Amino acid sequence: MAEILFYLLSAVSVGAVMGMLLSRNQAYGALYLVLAFAALGGLFGLIGAPFAAVIQILVYAGAIMVLFIFVLMTINVRTGLPPEKKKWTIGAAILLAALLLAEIGLAAQGLLRASPPASPAESVKAVDIGRLLFSRYLYPFEITSILIMAAIVGAVVLSKKKDAP
Amino acid sequence: MIPAGHFFIVASVLFVLGAAAFFVKKDLISQFMSVEVMLNAANLAFLALAPRGRMADAQAVVFFIITVAAAEAAVGLAIILVIFRRRKSVRTEDLNGLKG
Repeated sequence: MAEILFYLLSAVSVGAVMGMLLSRNQAYGALYLVLAFAALGGLFGLIGAPFAAVIQILVYAGAIMVLFIFVLMTINVRTGLPPEKKKWTIGAAILLAALLLAEIGLAAQGLLRASPPASPAESVKAVDIGRLLFSRYLYPFEITSILIMAAIVGAVVLSKKKDAP
Repeated sequence: MIPAGHFFIVASVLFVLGAAAFFVKKDLISQFMSVEVMLNAANLAFLALAPRGRMADAQAVVFFIITVAAAEAAVGLAIILVIFRRRKSVRTEDLNGLKG
């Protein structure tokens, strides 16, 4: 059962990213990415990280991609992009991607051969993660909140009109 | 259960696809989206290789990564909006102001 779900979810996520890669239209690409991130959330749940799965679907597939689609709505004036003039960049990209994949495979050879089971036996409750966030990871938590504050202010300042009072 | 190596293979394939998309795509928004794909692949690899018994820590760290990614997306999209307002384009071919 878990194996079937794993292969299904990974096929959906890889296929959706491939669709983003091949689609001419940016809005379709964003929708493909929503699908890919939702499938990735399922994979997180399969590893045994339900909290990360929920956060992934809520924040990534929900918030961040909606933000992307909002910006696409204000920017995108054409339905699609004209075909690329320089074809050699695509060939170079495929070559470099194959090279990078081979390098990662070489580097992780021992890991792939040993293959320890991914899922830990114990189930982690959200309560434990909340306790960790406010005890061991208190400093990172506070620093992240300051970072988000700075990001909000920065985004507002950047995107406001210059002649506004 | 499914071995961690299988999750790692999926993560590396996603990362490589994101990197390829970054080079193939010709507009800022699609390139930014491929950066997000790479970030997610790194998250998946991180969770897949988390040691036994430390899953709570791994999820806390992934929570931080996703939060920082949200902040990064907000600022990056604001920058892209500013570029679009000044140049009337987000295609990388039109952004050649540094070329002599």
